[in-house]
Amino acid sequence: MAAHAEEHFAGSNKLFISIWGWLVGLTLVEIFLAYKTLPIHIMLTILMGLSIIKAALIVAYFMHLKFERLSLILTIVPMLVICICLLMVFFPDSFRSSGLRYQFKESPPVAPAPAEEP
Amino acid sequence: MSTEARAGHFPAVDWSGGTLPYRVGHRKLGMWLFIVSDSLTFSALLMGYAYLRASNNWPTPFPFYPSIVFSSVMTFCLLSSSLTMVFGVSASSRGDKAGARKWILATIFFGVSFIVLHLIEWNHLIGEGMRPFYLPEHWVKVFTLSDGTPPSPLFGATFFTITGLHMFHVATGAIYLFVVAMRVNKLKHEDVEISGLYWHFVDLVWMFVFPLIYIMSVDMHGALGH
Repeated sequence: MAAHAEEHFAGSNKLFISIWGWLVGLTLVEIFLAYKTLPIHIMLTILMGLSIIKAALIVAYFMHLKFERLSLILTIVPMLVICICLLMVFFPDSFRSSGLRYQFKESPPVAPAPAEEP
Repeated sequence: MSTEARAGHFPAVDWSGGTLPYRVGHRKLGMWLFIVSDSLTFSALLMGYAYLRASNNWPTPFPFYPSIVFSSVMTFCLLSSSLTMVFGVSASSRGDKAGARKWILATIFFGVSFIVLHLIEWNHLIGEGMRPFYLPEHWVKVFTLSDGTPPSPLFGATFFTITGLHMFHVATGAIYLFVVAMRVNKLKHEDVEISGLYWHFVDLVWMFVFPLIYIMSVDMHGALGH
């Protein structure tokens, strides 16, 4: 069991503190970006890129996945990434439906006049 | 040992039974699988939020103070709690049970601080009049577009659902860690490590919730007069 524990706990405290420093630093960059006027797709790309870097740092070092067997990494990570990417299949519908909403902004739709009905 | 080195001698005989093919215990593998499924839950919620946001006139009402200041301090709390948790697991791997307990209690302290700050922030928004399916009236006035399109009332629904589910995870994590801290003398090292996995996952989720919910909803031009 001792060998087992040793196997699963690589990494020094100094390493973990430097990872924490990176995470805090990247968070500060995000807060700085919050007050920059950027086109939304660029803003989203940068923010998501930073988040993915932060998530990767947490998973690799804090959750120790970097020090696990490759078979475990290959079992967990690609499947999750593919599933999350598949969730994006809804977006074209989102952009489509934005044009369909609020067609009756000023007043609610009125019933057809009774005179027109035969 | 690096991943590459280990991949080099990946013995097929491991899969013939009687060994641990992933070289982790079944409980740890179970936690990893739970984390994968929970990531999909949060991904689906965040995708749902993105869907609504892309198809609506979305309000951006969060002021620098209190919302952004609070959420930034909360982020700092969670990141620090992850660091103390790593120290706890590290102490546990050396057989230092007292040290492990001390660091896990520090982790709980940061986790509880996160919840308290978040509840203050929620209280502020509820006080402004934000509800799951309604926006405060003055927000509606400010964020209605020039062509009369009102802001989406679902802002509150997405906000309370996603941050609420995350807060629930932090709360259950704090309880879980408390049980682990109290029983650390009886538990194996791997059990402490598993509780650490859960806690880091809660931190990881916030790394996506914070930019998407808070940073993307900053009231940059002081539209609400903050």
